Amino acid sequence: MPDEHEIAVREKQELAKKEEKTIPGRYYVPTADIFETEDALTVILEMPGVEKQHVDIALEEDTLRVEGQIDFSKYQGMEPVYTEYNIGHYARAFTLSGKIDRDGISAQLDDGVLTLTLPKAKESKPRRIAVN
Amino acid sequence: MALFPDPFNTLLGLQTALDTFRTSGWLQSSPSGGGSYPPLNVFRKGDGFVLIAEVPGIARSDLDIQVKGRTIRLAGRKSVQYSEKASLHRRERLSGRFDRSITLPIEIDPDAVKAECHDGILALSLPRAEQDKPRSIKIG
Repeated sequence: MPDEHEIAVREKQELAKKEEKTIPGRYYVPTADIFETEDALTVILEMPGVEKQHVDIALEEDTLRVEGQIDFSKYQGMEPVYTEYNIGHYARAFTLSGKIDRDGISAQLDDGVLTLTLPKAKESKPRRIAVN
Repeated sequence: MALFPDPFNTLLGLQTALDTFRTSGWLQSSPSGGGSYPPLNVFRKGDGFVLIAEVPGIARSDLDIQVKGRTIRLAGRKSVQYSEKASLHRRERLSGRFDRSITLPIEIDPDAVKAECHDGILALSLPRAEQDKPRSIKIG
């Protein structure tokens, strides 16, 4: 079974800033899976600790930007004694092709995993052509 | 009989010994919680500790948490699923099993441990066991 191996730790990668952020704090790149089916492109992002109301998804021209803010107030009154990972906000941008039905994009957040479904525009869906 | 041992033989012996040590599986992670996933942060809160781990996409039923004495064991499985006909463009999320343990410098009251899992963050509040707490002694 391919599922049986042990998970290796992957260190969080800090976001290389292309533009200045207006909110102070570190930004990390959420790990992402992208896969495509006949009808849609699905982007799955892991953003542990981000609540639903703190996810910001914006689409400007061809760039899809996803940002997730961490609520640091949960860590108040706690003194770190041993740390293995850094806590920070998440941000990542994707360039979309023109074949996406922009109005049909939907997002869902479950257990720190954000699933974005980007349906394909009708004209780019594969069509089966029967041979007479 | 040589007075001094052959240096090449000695070196070879050492190399063989090192190799057997390395390949014996002695240093490898064992099922008794030797892994390093998930990464943990430990905080001090009052008398006890709070342990926080990032477990995005891991179902609560797939997490097994055990506490004994000073040691906490986190084991489980993370699965990443794709629909069957999908073609993958990017695959960064990891799947598999994990099993790790961490030992704290205090004894934990196993009955008072509380576990919460929200938004892919597992938080364990680990209160110090009553018998492990320091006693203040009044000078008579």
